[in-house]
Amino acid sequence: MLKVLAALLPGIAVYVWFFGAAILVQIALASVAALAGEAAMLKLRDQPVGLFLADGSALVTAWLIALTFPPIAPWWLTVSATLFAIVVAKHLYGGLGQNPFNPAMVAFAVAIVSFPALMSQWPAVGFTDFSAQMAVVFKSQSAQDAVTMATPLDALRTQLHVPEARATVAGVLGAHASFGNIGGKGWEWIALAYLAGGLWLLQQRVIAWQVPAAFLATLALIATGFSLGNPERYAGPLFHLVTGGAMLGAFFILTDPVSGATTPRGKLIFGAGAALLTWIIRSFGAYPDGMAFAVLLMNLCVPLIDMGTQPPVFGRKRKDGAP
Amino acid sequence: MLASLFKFKGGVKPASHKDESTRTPIARAPLPPRLVVPLRQSAGGTPRPLVKAGQRVLKGERIGAPEGNFSSAIHAPTSGSVLALESRTLPHPSALPALCVVIEPDGEERWIERAPLDYAAQAPEALRDLLRDAGVVGLGGATFPSHIKLKPGAAGRIETLIVNGAECEPWITCDDLLMRERADGIVRGAALLRHIVDARRVLVGIEDNKPQAIAAMRAVAQSAGIEVAVLPTRYPAGGEKQLIRALTGIEIPYGRLGTEFGVQCFNVGTAYAAQRAIEHGEPLISRIVTLTGNVARPGNHEVLIGTPIDDLLALAAPKADTDRIILGGPMMGFVLPRTDLPVTKAANCILAASPALFPHPGPELPCIRCGACTRACPAELQPHELYWFARAKNFGKAQEYHIFDCIECGCCAYVCPSNIRLVDYYRFAKTSMRALEREKAASDAARQRFEFRTLRSEREQKEKAERLAAKTAAARQALATGGQPTAPPPGDAAPALPPLDESKKALIAAAIARAQAQKAAVQPKNIDNLAPEKQAEIREIEARRAQVREMAKTPPEEPV
Repeated sequence: MLKVLAALLPGIAVYVWFFGAAILVQIALASVAALAGEAAMLKLRDQPVGLFLADGSALVTAWLIALTFPPIAPWWLTVSATLFAIVVAKHLYGGLGQNPFNPAMVAFAVAIVSFPALMSQWPAVGFTDFSAQMAVVFKSQSAQDAVTMATPLDALRTQLHVPEARATVAGVLGAHASFGNIGGKGWEWIALAYLAGGLWLLQQRVIAWQVPAAFLATLALIATGFSLGNPERYAGPLFHLVTGGAMLGAFFILTDPVSGATTPRGKLIFGAGAALLTWIIRSFGAYPDGMAFAVLLMNLCVPLIDMGTQPPVFGRKRKDGAP
Repeated sequence: MLASLFKFKGGVKPASHKDESTRTPIARAPLPPRLVVPLRQSAGGTPRPLVKAGQRVLKGERIGAPEGNFSSAIHAPTSGSVLALESRTLPHPSALPALCVVIEPDGEERWIERAPLDYAAQAPEALRDLLRDAGVVGLGGATFPSHIKLKPGAAGRIETLIVNGAECEPWITCDDLLMRERADGIVRGAALLRHIVDARRVLVGIEDNKPQAIAAMRAVAQSAGIEVAVLPTRYPAGGEKQLIRALTGIEIPYGRLGTEFGVQCFNVGTAYAAQRAIEHGEPLISRIVTLTGNVARPGNHEVLIGTPIDDLLALAAPKADTDRIILGGPMMGFVLPRTDLPVTKAANCILAASPALFPHPGPELPCIRCGACTRACPAELQPHELYWFARAKNFGKAQEYHIFDCIECGCCAYVCPSNIRLVDYYRFAKTSMRALEREKAASDAARQRFEFRTLRSEREQKEKAERLAAKTAAARQALATGGQPTAPPPGDAAPALPPLDESKKALIAAAIARAQAQKAAVQPKNIDNLAPEKQAEIREIEARRAQVREMAKTPPEEPV
C-alpha cells in the first residue's frame, strides 16, 4: 500500500504545479478523516487498531478521494465523503478485504449524486492563489465564475448534447480555455505523471498488467473507432486517455485487488468492461466523467467474471483427460 | 545427453540452508534401547502383525505381513525381543495412536538369511512381489507402496522412469548426501526399476544447488544408460508432479497415477532401497534422516525405522532456545506434538526450530485477494478462492475449485502478505470433507441394510402367504375331488378324514387363543396405534441405533 502512495506522488507534484497547493490540503483533510474513521470503526468492531491502521489501506482510499474530487471542494464535502467511504463502503461490509465496491469510488458517486454543483466546481487554469483557494474550501465562499471552469469533458457533454448548437468536438475544445494540447490544460500532464507512477507499480509487480492494459487499450480502441466514424460528435482516443479519471483509474483505482477480478482473463474483462462503460457514460450519459460509475458497475460483475474465467488447473488443461 | 526442460508454473525460492547439514558424511545412528515400529507406515492397508510379545526376532525378520495388495510389509530393524504389540502415538499431526511393535534390541544385529538376487534373471512380477515383501515404499515422504507404482498402466508400458533427486525443500539434505555417497547403489536401483517396467529412458532430476551430488551421479549414471538432468532450483521442483512436468512436459492430474501416462517417478532413496532389497536381500529397515536447524551438530544419519526421535535429537544437540521440533522441512513439515515418537519410513528430516531461525509469522490479516498465492501455486489453483470456501465451510464449492488437487506444498502461505496459514485451511477442509464422506458412506450402508431387511421381511411374508394359499387351495381341491387328497395313499387317509377335521378345529382354536394372548402381551408397546409415518420414523431410529451398535463393534478407521 505504501508503494501505491509513493506512485501517486509524481501526479500530486504536477497537480500542485498547475493548480496550486489546495490539493495538498484536501489530501490532508481526507487522510485525517480516513484514519479517524478507520480507528473508530476498528474500535467499535473490536479489532486491533494499530495493526490495521498501519496497513495504509485507509490512506490509499483517502488520497484517491482527494485526487478525484475538485481541489476547491468545500472541506466538509471531502471529509464526509471520506467518512462515508471508510464507515459505510468499507467497514459496514466487514472491513478490509470484504468490501465489494471500491470505497473511494463509492464516495465519489455519493458526492456527485448528492452535490452535483459542488463536484463540478473545478478551478480555472491560473487560479493557484493559495489563500483564495482556502477561502473557497473553508469559508464556503461560493466559488466565482472567475475561479472555476468547466472541464473539457463537461464542456463536450453540455454542448454536444444540444442539437441546435451544431457544435463539433473540435469546435468546442478549440474554443475552450481549459483545453491544452491533447486533453485538459494541466490535466494532461497530471495524467502522464499518473502513467509514470503506474508503470513503476507495474515494474514493482504491485499491480497486474492486465487491468490497466485492457482498460486503456479498450478505451483507445472504442474512441478511435467512433471518432474516425464521426469526428464531429466523438472525441479521439488521446483525448479520452488523458482526460478525467482515465489514467488514475487505470493504474490506481481499477487495480484495487479487493473489489476487482482475480483471474488473468477476468482482469482483462474487468478492465475492458470498465473502459466500455466509461466511454458510454462520457459520450451519452448525464455525468461528464463515467469513471466512478464504470468502476462500481464492474465491481458488481466481479463474482460473475471470476466464476466464468477460472483458469484450468494443473493436469486438467484438456477436457478429454489426456496429458 | 541433457534432457530438455519444461517449465512448471508457480513456485517460490526460499533460502535453501543445505550447507549446514552437508559438511559431514552420513553417520550411523547408534542402536537405541527401544525401537517402536508402527505397523502401518505406508498408504494402503495396515499390515497384519506376525509377532507376539516375548518373541525373539532377527534383524530383517518380517513382523507385519502386507494385508491386501495395496499394502507393504514391515520388518524388525534389528535383532532382539518383542516387548509388546500395542497402540502408540504416531508422528502425525493428529497424534493418533496406532498399532506398533516394540522391540528391545539385543545388540547382536543378527540378520535373517539374506538372499541376494540377480534382478536381470527375474520376472517383473516376481520382483514386484519381492519389493512388496521387502517393505519398499516411496521414501520421498508419501510412502506410497513402490510395487503398485511399478505395475503397467492403461498406457501400456512406462516409457520414462524418473528418479527424483531434486530435494527442493529447504534444510533437508538426506537425498543429497545419499547421492554423493551411494550414487552407485541409486543407479543400480534405477536400472532395476527400469528392468521391472521395461522403460525406454531413465532420467534423474537434481536441482542445481547440489553440484557434488550431480557430479557423483553423473560419474556412474552414464555407463548405465541413465541421464542426469539438472533443474533450476525452485521449490517445489521435487514435487512428483512438478518434476514429471519439468522433465517430460506431462501433467498428471489429481487422482491419477503416472503409470496411466507412461511415466513414473521414484525418489533416489526408494531406488536405493529397492536395490538393497533385491541385490542384497535386505528389507527396508533404515533410512537417511537429516538432523538440522537450531542444533549444535547438524548432519545426516542412517537411522533404523522405529528409533525414537528423542534419541536422534540427542545426537544433534538442539540449542537452548529451540522451541519446537518440526518433522519434515519448513515448507511441508509439521510441528511434532511430542518428541518420544518413532522415526518412520516417511521421516526425512528432523528440524529444530527457534524463534530466531523460524520467526513466528505475524498475526493473520484479512485476505485482500492480491493474487500472490495464485502466482505461486504450482498446481495452478486459485488459493484465495479456496481459502474463502474453506473458511466458510463451503466444501462443495471448494471441491468444485479442485481443492483436492492441492499438493499442500505451502508456496501460497509462504508468499501471503497477510500471513494467512492457507495450507492449514485446506487441510481442515479436506479432512472435514473426508469425514463427511465416511459418515455418508456409513449412513448409506445403514440405509441399504434397512431397506434390505424390509424387503426380506416383505418377501418372507409374501412367501408365507403364498404357501398358505397353496396349502388351502390344495385342501379345497382335495375336498372338491370328493375327499380324496392326492398326496397320501387313498387307502388309510379316507377314513381318517372326519376325526382329523375335529382335531384341526381344536388346533385352530388353540392357535387363536395363543395369538390373542400374545397380542395382549405385546399391547403395552405404545407404538402400534401410531400413524404409519410415525412408525416409519421409529423404525428408522431403530435402524440408526442398530448401526451405531454395529459401528461400536468394528474398530475406528485409520486417520488419513
